[in-house]
Amino acid sequence: MTTLACDVAIVGAGPAGLSAAVHAADAGLNVALVDAGTQPGGQYWRHPDESHPVPDEGEGHHGWREFTDLRSRLYAHETTGTLTYLRGTQVWLIEPARPAGVVLRLAPATDPAPAAGTVTARHVILCPGGYDRQLPIPGWDLPGVMAAGGVQALLKGNRTAAGRVAVVAGTGPFLLPVATGLAHAGVKVAAICEANSPTGWLRNAGGAVRAPAKALEGVEYATALARHRIPYKIRTAVTAIHGTDRVESVTLSRVDAHGTAIAGTQRTVACDVVALGWGFTPQLELVLAAGAETTVDVDGSLIAVVDDRLASTAPGVTVAGEATGVGGAPMAVLEGELAALCVSEALGVAAAPGGPASEGRIRALQRDRARLHRFAVAMHRANPVPANWQDWLTPETLVCRCEEVTHGALCDAHTELGAADARTLKSFGRPGMGWCQGRVCGFAVSEIAARFANRPTSADDLRSMAKRSLAAPVTLGQLAALDFDDVHEG
Amino acid sequence: MSLPPTADVVVIGAGATGAACAYFAALAGLRVAVVERGAIAGGTSSACEGNILVSDKEAGPELALAQYSQHLWRTDLAEFGPLWEFESKGGLVVSARPGTQENLAALAERQRAAGIDVELVDGPDLLRLEPLLFPAMAGGAFYPQDAQVQPMLVVAHLLRLARGLGATVHPDTQVTGFVRSGDAVTGVQTTRGIIAAPRVVNAAGTWGGAVAALARVTVPVLPRRGFVMVTEPLPVTVHHKVYAAEYVDNVASSDAGLQTSPVVEGTDSGTILIGSSRERVGFDKTFSPRVLAEMAGKAIALFPFLSDVLALRSYFGFRPYCPDHLPVIGPDPRAPGLWHACGHEGAGIGLAAGTGALIAASLTGAQPALDLSPFVPERFEEPLHA
Ligand SMILES: Cc1cc2nc3c(=O)[nH]c(=O)nc-3n(C[C@H](O)[C@H](O)[C@H](O)COP(=O)(O)OP(=O)(O)OC[C@H]3O[C@@H](n4cnc5c(N)ncnc54)[C@H](O)[C@@H]3O)c2cc1C
Ligand SMILES: Cc1cc2nc3c(=O)[nH]c(=O)nc-3n(C[C@H](O)[C@H](O)[C@H](O)COP(=O)(O)OP(=O)(O)OC[C@H]3O[C@@H](n4cnc5c(N)ncnc54)[C@H](O)[C@@H]3O)c2cc1C
Repeated sequence: MTTLACDVAIVGAGPAGLSAAVHAADAGLNVALVDAGTQPGGQYWRHPDESHPVPDEGEGHHGWREFTDLRSRLYAHETTGTLTYLRGTQVWLIEPARPAGVVLRLAPATDPAPAAGTVTARHVILCPGGYDRQLPIPGWDLPGVMAAGGVQALLKGNRTAAGRVAVVAGTGPFLLPVATGLAHAGVKVAAICEANSPTGWLRNAGGAVRAPAKALEGVEYATALARHRIPYKIRTAVTAIHGTDRVESVTLSRVDAHGTAIAGTQRTVACDVVALGWGFTPQLELVLAAGAETTVDVDGSLIAVVDDRLASTAPGVTVAGEATGVGGAPMAVLEGELAALCVSEALGVAAAPGGPASEGRIRALQRDRARLHRFAVAMHRANPVPANWQDWLTPETLVCRCEEVTHGALCDAHTELGAADARTLKSFGRPGMGWCQGRVCGFAVSEIAARFANRPTSADDLRSMAKRSLAAPVTLGQLAALDFDDVHEG
Repeated sequence: MSLPPTADVVVIGAGATGAACAYFAALAGLRVAVVERGAIAGGTSSACEGNILVSDKEAGPELALAQYSQHLWRTDLAEFGPLWEFESKGGLVVSARPGTQENLAALAERQRAAGIDVELVDGPDLLRLEPLLFPAMAGGAFYPQDAQVQPMLVVAHLLRLARGLGATVHPDTQVTGFVRSGDAVTGVQTTRGIIAAPRVVNAAGTWGGAVAALARVTVPVLPRRGFVMVTEPLPVTVHHKVYAAEYVDNVASSDAGLQTSPVVEGTDSGTILIGSSRERVGFDKTFSPRVLAEMAGKAIALFPFLSDVLALRSYFGFRPYCPDHLPVIGPDPRAPGLWHACGHEGAGIGLAAGTGALIAASLTGAQPALDLSPFVPERFEEPLHA
């Protein structure tokens, strides 16, 4: 059993959490870093098993040097004991400590299980990241259909691609690395289908914001698309997926600016892999469980409300990375540092030896964050989930795969039973009540409820699908063994 | 939908109680309007377990109401049973120790005298009913009448049926006051306007006391918090509602401190629901891992296999209870035109059918099927000076 007391506990070892941990330890804080993964990097810097080193470990990665730098600093702090890194460990519960601070309850995330236990911290930085946002469409439950991020995770982590011919569809620049990654792995990419029109994004990106690194990445991808002869189709969506035991083909439709399929433009494309990317959903259960306020971001995601020092509205709880708004890895790294510096100031150790924390650095980070934020907003505005995506659904389309709830059943729950918000839809129709607890269908169910009620999706809709008092499943045996005397006064 | 200017009866609250009142009143020919401050079934009726129990009640007025409700669920409402997943699964109460089993046998005797079906079960027969039960139990009692429903669907379909009989249902409409004519209640003021009605039913559950206060009468309904845990879906492993005999004592107890007793049951979808806890902490919404830890430990003592089963989530609700643990059902002589149907504590789903039918009878001037005197709202008034 781990029973740790520390200055700051950080949840998540992705770009944000890794950066927060390293900077907090640099500043002289005693740090506990908890991550469900077995090695650092989170979603973005997912890489092959470190215990079997490969020469080209960083292949296909952006910012790999930055990662290896952070990683070696992390391991150095771990060696000196400034930092305790709890790998393969999930936080399933967050509670306030008395008289101040936060208690985290831990459970093993991987087999063979490391010891579970408790961390008590004066302050916590939540960096839980996000996962693929998914939209149900006819046939999306067939084997061979994957979320774009899932495809990339396979490519980065296992260096495998599960098929021979792929269609990559959805919206946003993230479709490009997925398609080129597949092509690089030897998969023929039959098409990239972008539901929006990227000229909108380019116009916006050129005018309102400057992000030189992103522009360079863009050029790199354009070259790769040309080299692999990958057709890039705009205002085009995969509106249905076909197959008996697995994917055999997709229907591509030209769509208008709202996502409505234009009659007569449908055509069928054979493929055995479909990668669907509709942006990301920040993982908010710990933020919600901590009692922090949340709001709806420009991209329609539920995010934590934070101030310009990344403090949430819950005492002792700071949030960094995707959970403050989907903004990409560089922004997550920056937020991790900003969070660490602000927390070390708040805990009164800013002047510790080796700690470069200063108001000047904080202000510079805040300015950079504002710039990256403007860029993210422009991207989200240019790549919205099409307003009329629900037109692609048929009554038989499964919305919740765990509980096998169809779109038709949800329509009945509305028209017959009067459900007009996500919570009530869930009560009457069961979407989100199964294994994944709405992690996959939560966004879609919220949008469906809002459309029934003829209003925009509300934070309450999203919250009712995102609130999970147990942030991760935990066995009853572990629950029963909880020890309440091991919690140090924070 | 805009509010009707008038109705024969306004029902405040769209939980199980309000939905049943609306259904039976509409069936009796009244023009009903249901007003609900939030969403349909958004109150305690969506934060509970949905058992329809006779097993947990001592002989007395509540058991009589439970029996009347049983009768209605199984006759008048039987045709709708599949809509709300009515399942007559039976309840199994188990005793860990011989002393407890003696008390349970005595309770069963009193219940049998009141007309309840109950059979005492010895150790080996317990395992035939529930093969995964901890093998060394002293004994138990089996109640074939105990049943289960999906409570949110009960509310939704009763309201749908009521609408089919002419009722209107108005979510997002909070009652903020009453229209009065002298002492008499003649309508409700809401956040979306006024409905004039000669009869108003307070079915506001745990908030029934606050609604009564708007009419300047006292009905002491208070919250008693309870948690439920939901496991991962499993192949069917628990066949009945199974609970420990000490549960009956806790239900009837007036202790304010935390009480937990194990209640374990499977559901249609394969998940297992685990309860139960009772504590008086007002409307405190902070999650309490201590409560879950106690509940988990006791559930494992009943069913050892649960130790390795994952809990996926947990939720809690606030049971509406009155100091004497009986609901408030009937007209309020202190405010003519106002009826109460609230305070059903941990049994409001099961008791909804009976409550709705009794209220409908009372509203139309018919003879209610049960004597309402144990449930009268004014029973809590301080007696005048001796
Ligand atoms: C599959 C995928 C591919 C992406 N590709 C790109 C790209 O090409 N370009 C780009 O700019 N951005 C990309 N993004 C976005 C980028 O990954 C994120 O901006 C970045 O990872 C955010 O960093 P983070 O630290 O907030 O979250 P993450 O990297 O998601 O890290 C969060 C970490 O927290 C852990 N965690 C969460 N909850 C708990 C808990 N309860 N207990 C313990 N640990 C927990 C997770 O296991 C994870 O390791 C991608 C995102 C995904 C999901
Ligand atoms: C953990 C737990 C487990 C339980 N298990 C069971 C069980 O197995 N079987 C059983 O029978 N019972 C069970 N119960 C008890 C049961 O849930 C309640 O007794 C029942 O739901 C009460 O129903 P109701 O309709 O009276 O109240 P509610 O469902 O709470 O409905 C009252 C409604 O009134 C509305 N309202 C309040 N104020 C106003 C206003 N001013 N204007 C308009 N509307 C208003 C509320 O929003 C609410 O929707 C359990 C309870 C808990 C907490």
